[in-house]
Amino acid sequence: MRIFTKAYWLQLSSPKAFYPIADKSIPWLIAATILLSLVGLYYAFIIAPIDYQQGNSYRIMFIHVPAAWMGMWIYVVMCAYAVIGLVWNTKLSNMMAAALAPTGALFTFLALWTGALWGKPTWGAYWVWDARLTSFLILLFLYFGFMSLRAAIDDPRRASRASALLALVGIVNIPIIYFSVKWWNTLHQGASITLDKAPTMESSMFTAMMLMTLAFFTYTFAVAFMRVRNEILEKEKNSAWVNEIVGSDK
Amino acid sequence: MNLPEFLDMGRHAFYVWGSYGVVALFMLLEVVLLVLKKRSLTQSIARLARLNRG
Repeated sequence: MRIFTKAYWLQLSSPKAFYPIADKSIPWLIAATILLSLVGLYYAFIIAPIDYQQGNSYRIMFIHVPAAWMGMWIYVVMCAYAVIGLVWNTKLSNMMAAALAPTGALFTFLALWTGALWGKPTWGAYWVWDARLTSFLILLFLYFGFMSLRAAIDDPRRASRASALLALVGIVNIPIIYFSVKWWNTLHQGASITLDKAPTMESSMFTAMMLMTLAFFTYTFAVAFMRVRNEILEKEKNSAWVNEIVGSDK
Repeated sequence: MNLPEFLDMGRHAFYVWGSYGVVALFMLLEVVLLVLKKRSLTQSIARLARLNRG
């Protein structure tokens, strides 16, 4: 089998080989995102019943929780790519790490934003300095730090290496976010969904949340691939194969 | 549930639509910016290629 050979994977990790893969998968990922969010929104607003304590404001959960999961998950994936780039010096993994950062920052911001708008009617405050909220704000600053460090260093290899180290140091924040609701007495509630227990919510609510999570997941890959595609075009604009692709587009 | 009632979200309209609206807006904006960026990149590459061919 060709896919079990090292040469196959090394070949895939070159920008030239990855470009057509990204190019072909982007429309499918976008179509999946649209479909999953439409069904997800239908569950979130039509099928899921009103909450007896919080009324309709709880429906913010269907985007708040997936956005927060994405913010954390993208950080871990970004770190993994950055480490691969650090160890094997593969161009594409550094590109993927860089391409994921803005989307991770976006979801982190959206989790904070929707959390604030959920906090006001539920807790009476948009913001409190509770351990969960504060560690999540630090996650946003880690993304900003990663992006600005990359942008500040001209030599792309040094930029990748320095930002990879920063990302790696920052990863200690991820378990802190996750366990903050257990370790400290926080206003933020504990997890409703954990790996070792059945979800403590109605099944239609659970379905809505999972559909929105999948939608954000396919969205993340769609925009990350779009960003890598742009990055490849920019870096390889003088190569023959890029000129061929651009020529055939017209 | 009728439409005005649905839009009112039990008087939580500002919070619910403020959340969903901003999430949708930012996600759309990210895609649009990336598409525009790709367009300008391919245009400049094509222009350079034409110049090189003379």
